[in-house]
Amino acid sequence: MKHEHAKTATQNACKLCNPLGACLAFRGIENCVPFLHGSQGCATYIRRYLISHYKEPIDIASSNFHEESAVFGGSHNLKIGLKNVSEQYKPEVIGVATTCLSETIGDDVPGILREYRKEYKNGTPMPILIHASTPSYQGSHIDGFHAAVHATVKALAVKGTPQKLINLFPNMVSPADLRYLKEILGDFGVPYMMLPDYSQTMDGGPWGEYHRIPPGGTPASTIATAGGAMASIEFGSTIEASKSAAGYLDVMFGVPAYHLPLPIGIKGSDKFFSLLETLTGDRRAEKYEDERRRLVDAYADGHKYVFDKKVIIYGEEDLVIGMTAFLREIGMVPVLCATGGKSGLMKKRIGELVPDMDELGIKVREGVDFVDIEDEAKTVQPDFLIGNSKGYTMSRKNNIPLLRLGFPIHDRFGGQRMHHLGYRGTQELFDRIVNTVIEQRQNASSIGYTYM
Amino acid sequence: MEANRIFPDPSKVREELIQKYPAKVAKKRAKSIIVNDPELIPEVQANVRTVPGIITQRGCSYAGCKGVVLGPTRDIVNIVHGPIGCSFYAWLTRRNQTRTESLMDENYIPYCFSTDMQEENIVFGGEKKLKIAIQEAYDLFHPKSIAIFSTCPVGLIGDDVHAASREMKEKFGDCNVFGFSCEGYRGVSQSAGHHIANNGVFKHMVGRNNTPSEGKFKLNLLGEYNIGGDAFEIERIFDKVGITLVSSFSGNSTVSQIENAHTADLNVILCHRSINYMGDMMETKYGIPWMKVNFVGAESTAKSLRKIAEYFGDEELKARVEEVIAEESPKVKAVIEEILPRTKGKTAMLFVGGSRAHHYQDLFNELGMTTVAAGYEFAHRDDYEGRHVLPGIKIDADSKNIEELKVVPDPELYNPRKTEAELVALKEKGLEINSYEGMMKQMTKKSLVVDDLSHYESEKLIEIYKPDIFCAGIKEKYVVQKMGIPLKQLHSYDYGGPYTGFEGAVNFYKDIDRMVNNPVWKLIKAPWEKAGNGAGLAASYVTQ
Repeated sequence: MKHEHAKTATQNACKLCNPLGACLAFRGIENCVPFLHGSQGCATYIRRYLISHYKEPIDIASSNFHEESAVFGGSHNLKIGLKNVSEQYKPEVIGVATTCLSETIGDDVPGILREYRKEYKNGTPMPILIHASTPSYQGSHIDGFHAAVHATVKALAVKGTPQKLINLFPNMVSPADLRYLKEILGDFGVPYMMLPDYSQTMDGGPWGEYHRIPPGGTPASTIATAGGAMASIEFGSTIEASKSAAGYLDVMFGVPAYHLPLPIGIKGSDKFFSLLETLTGDRRAEKYEDERRRLVDAYADGHKYVFDKKVIIYGEEDLVIGMTAFLREIGMVPVLCATGGKSGLMKKRIGELVPDMDELGIKVREGVDFVDIEDEAKTVQPDFLIGNSKGYTMSRKNNIPLLRLGFPIHDRFGGQRMHHLGYRGTQELFDRIVNTVIEQRQNASSIGYTYM
Repeated sequence: MEANRIFPDPSKVREELIQKYPAKVAKKRAKSIIVNDPELIPEVQANVRTVPGIITQRGCSYAGCKGVVLGPTRDIVNIVHGPIGCSFYAWLTRRNQTRTESLMDENYIPYCFSTDMQEENIVFGGEKKLKIAIQEAYDLFHPKSIAIFSTCPVGLIGDDVHAASREMKEKFGDCNVFGFSCEGYRGVSQSAGHHIANNGVFKHMVGRNNTPSEGKFKLNLLGEYNIGGDAFEIERIFDKVGITLVSSFSGNSTVSQIENAHTADLNVILCHRSINYMGDMMETKYGIPWMKVNFVGAESTAKSLRKIAEYFGDEELKARVEEVIAEESPKVKAVIEEILPRTKGKTAMLFVGGSRAHHYQDLFNELGMTTVAAGYEFAHRDDYEGRHVLPGIKIDADSKNIEELKVVPDPELYNPRKTEAELVALKEKGLEINSYEGMMKQMTKKSLVVDDLSHYESEKLIEIYKPDIFCAGIKEKYVVQKMGIPLKQLHSYDYGGPYTGFEGAVNFYKDIDRMVNNPVWKLIKAPWEKAGNGAGLAASYVTQ
């Protein structure tokens, strides 16, 4: 099959839609129900999709558009929906994200929310209503994620008394990563506001009692204090300025914003820990020095397996950028860095972290699908692929091993518990990568060595 | 677990389910929560809109059309016209399998084609991009067929997918291109999408190839989507018995089979909800009767095979059916005898689909388990009460929006396979032709029937009945399991299956045994086991 021509349609997409990211981010606010203004199918599809990765229930309400709401506007349905969710769940926050349907007909959601607040100010419980504009025909899931975080901060943060508080915007990382980040901040002894925090809501225990909304998430009252923080740290270097929560707090309340790539690898993690040391004036806890030492030791022990191995890495831009820096650190060559996103920034950002990318023949492509990636694979001949479950079709067809990473992972168990960030996350990633190589070599051996 | 359980009084359960609703909502929900009586069969309110803000199990029209009905045919290139999400979420999501005859055969199921509409397509129209996408798919594969599926914005911006399809079909000459107006806001659930899909397949595919099909006993299998390989097991049994499967709608099917389907002499229907329109239309146009069967459950499979043999009225076929049943039964018996002592007396609840909640009760019966409550996500009254209620169903605005094809007998191809007298004779032998008696007739007296079960109601039912297993889909799975009750997914089969036929029954017995008798549940304390936390569920919600 030949794809020598540039194509217009997308085949086997390497991105999901905008509202999905918003629903996940809203799930990281305490006592919050995500709500999609559109057809019920959007909520159903996105629920089943998130659930297949996280193996956790997620309720997403919908305004259940029908033919006449599509024609005459969805205001009536949105109000009924908000009222029912308020009475049924008694949430503190409802995060309303739009869909292609409500955006196409041009519903004025902020206006409808204002009307709703006025109409129901007496009697019905009135949660905080946050609106994120997430038309599915723009960007991808990661844009919806950032849009929801930005909208939340915009709705809640106020100019407070300056205090020793750090805002952390961790990007779309795993619940395990979020727990680790909280542990780090906790060990620094610094109060923090991390948004979103779905570490418990999307990876929790059995319910000893009935829960309408699972426990966990960042309280609205904590988010309100973000305006008085001493600094914001935002992971990710491709976030659009209009969707950067840290950028917003900087402009509105003068909270200094520090943008770091996702801290994957020793250098990336060092930057994060150093920044925390600078901001808090404290040394990191000894256990992190230990983690770092063990990681350096592991690099030394495992370098022979991975050095010069060629990989294709794909996923959200910021994940790909962070991973690329790490892969270079351990001597691997990410011959293709690919994303379905279209920030236009990925090549530049990778260049900042990997200055010799051109000499190494590292190719960066934005706005691609899996058919494009597969075409590239035929030329670059990678040793394996790193990315989400959707690369499996291509992996199987071309007999290239796939190391699963990112979202969605629905053909392996425990995607929500995988670490990627900091020394601990890097250690786990490094072990997995080395083992992928070893397994490949062992399977290819005709003797069946048991020492590898 | 004790073998003979005392069940709560269902009318009291019903009262309890609705008592905390506001009066208006209680009135509405009361019509959808019914205490069953198989003799009288009370009316169930079904296929009505879900109230906004209520978390429903239901999906959309696009899901029913592309995902369910059209998805399993392997050699149609399906292009989703819209933003990327809809195509992505339906990409290999339903586990419909397919088996090509050779490696060279076309199979487009693993592909996910989308026009990936961007803002400029919404503003200036997306037809041009759609036509390019169709051209690209054609250049790439030269498929027999390309189908276009409209998602929400398409209808609103006025893209005419039908005109674009016609234009491209004429241009290619050797590729059948057709479109579906299955925007997600149409109808009240995925059920609307099934109907739209039936119409399109009937209009654009069935009857295109009049080559007489080979075989003595020729039938089509309708409403079987080959989840987890279900169709393979049914095909295996048909082969063994000597029944020719002309076409399947649509598990493991191909374009040419569907185009030739009208040459069969019988349509057997599994999922009545999603495909009954096709049965009716083929009956009217070609004179092929349809018959409801069920291949879920070993006994149901045997019964369905006997019904098919009776329909064809051939002694040799009848004898062969008995031989096959006799051959297949011992291995089923061996497994159920081993498992039954561990499952007997346990209870199940099924809230799923538009047929599955009915069919799977047969398997639970075989396991000695009682279905205490059941209901559908997107069924209509006839799926609950039987088709005799059809003339009395009020057509509401949502149903009116779905086209009813005007079908007349084909001047050349109409050929009634059975005379009126033969149909009467078959009916006397107990064969219901062109008819379905629904789920409730088979359920025990005083079991509970609930349509479009809400989140609150499911928690309440679990609390009251404490069932040993709950059957639904992935959206419900993890919330139910957090309460310490295993949930069996009957959409994806928890990635297992097949569950049809004789081999499928064995798989199901083993899977259910593994679930209900698993030690992990002992580690989870259910909410009702916590002192003083029995009736703590607030139901102050839902106002229209």
